Amino acid sequence: MSLAVDLVMVLLILTAAVWTILARDRRDAVIAFIVLGLLLSLVWMRLLAVDVALTEAAVGGGATGLVLLRACARLLPVEADGALPGLRLQVAVGVLCAVVGACLAAVILSPPEPAPSLAPAVAAHMEDVGLKNPVTVVLLAYRALDTLLEKVVLVLGLIGVWALAPDLFWGGRPASLRAAVPSGTLTFLARVLPPIGVLIGIYLVWNGADHPGGTFQGGTVLAAMWLLVMMADLGDPPETRALRLRRLVAVGPALFIAVGLAGFGMADGFLSYPPGYAKPIIVAVEVALALSIAVILGLMVAGPAAKEPDQ
Amino acid sequence: MAEFLFAAAAIVLVLTGLGLARMLWGPSPADRMMAAQLLGTGGGAIAVLVAIAGDMTAVLDIALTLALLAAFAAVALTLGEPGSKRRGGEE
Amino acid sequence: MSLLLDLFTIVAVSGGLFFFLAGTVGLLRFPDTLTRLHALTKADNLGLGLIVLGLLPQCPDIVSALKLVAIWALVQLGGATASQLIAEFARRGGGER
Repeated sequence: MSLAVDLVMVLLILTAAVWTILARDRRDAVIAFIVLGLLLSLVWMRLLAVDVALTEAAVGGGATGLVLLRACARLLPVEADGALPGLRLQVAVGVLCAVVGACLAAVILSPPEPAPSLAPAVAAHMEDVGLKNPVTVVLLAYRALDTLLEKVVLVLGLIGVWALAPDLFWGGRPASLRAAVPSGTLTFLARVLPPIGVLIGIYLVWNGADHPGGTFQGGTVLAAMWLLVMMADLGDPPETRALRLRRLVAVGPALFIAVGLAGFGMADGFLSYPPGYAKPIIVAVEVALALSIAVILGLMVAGPAAKEPDQ
Repeated sequence: MAEFLFAAAAIVLVLTGLGLARMLWGPSPADRMMAAQLLGTGGGAIAVLVAIAGDMTAVLDIALTLALLAAFAAVALTLGEPGSKRRGGEE
Repeated sequence: MSLLLDLFTIVAVSGGLFFFLAGTVGLLRFPDTLTRLHALTKADNLGLGLIVLGLLPQCPDIVSALKLVAIWALVQLGGATASQLIAEFARRGGGER
């Protein structure tokens, strides 16, 4: 029976993936991509990778659909001008995607035997860190440098998005996210859901130390709630030059780097934690990172500044 | 009992998976979005069934996240509406 | 007692499966967008609702049971607003091309 379930999952995933590529309308492709994200979350659950399944549920359900459908909306006026990418560009993009896909397939289909694993080593040293979730231990203790760089990449990504603004608008507000037609239903949802969502976001971050969950899942949920409020027109995107906003963007990576540097004095080197204090330090870094991730993801969906800054 | 619940999860997967035919047929984006909506609810049902059957309470958090974000895809659909949102947004 | 609870679980979860079946059949067979939406909400409300109800006696602890109820309540809220939004969207003609 489990083989039958696997086959059904594979079939559904292939259907959603192929339809994402074949759909003629861009919006239809995005809907298929949202479906693909939901299915992937179920697959990770089936593989017992609960942390990854949570991330996929949060990112796929709350962020990807929004960012892609907003991109669709932005492209409409461009398309109305007839400025479609030429056939040559389309073919080039298709070929590049196919090459990347083929490389990934080649890597995944030829794993070394036996698969290399550091899992026993992690399990043997879990107690040194004081957390119970092995995924968080790996992300914030053993491979903290990777995680730090990943967050820095997020900040760089946001700077990239902001840099798309015309000089005139630099530092101004992104275009409003408000829905096309005002809807009482949407306003209702945006008033009721965020308090619950913020609670669940905080719970996921806090839970990440000992159970599946963590900064990215929690941060994404928080970002989704902020975006919901902005879409229901209960709050505009803030000016991108606002100092408080920029501090929030930077606080997570900055604290992480500070902790890393402190490791030179207090422990064995960059990003090593003094014995006995690993858990409080990791939790503090996680909280700051979750805040930064929430703000960065929200601002990425909001996009580059589209108005002159207020005088 | 666990076997029955796992089987129920598999049945929900098959049923909501069949609903994906609506994603292919359309004809309108609203119809396609309904297939995603059904799969989201089904995913939540599958997660709670698996969590209880396999005694993995952490899986409940997946269902909680899916349930919290259940309406987001539908909310996002209104972003993609032609002719109104963008122009309204620029002022 | 535990046999009775197990029986309750089997009946309620089977009922939930029936409403998922109804939701899927309606989504595939009903003639237009709004009637299909009507079918979809049955899976949201009763399908998940009955499954959650059936699972409650099987919960290992009270926190899991509370989480189950919270999941159901959130899907009620999300499902109801989502179908309202999809219906508004379809009636504005956003559904057509």
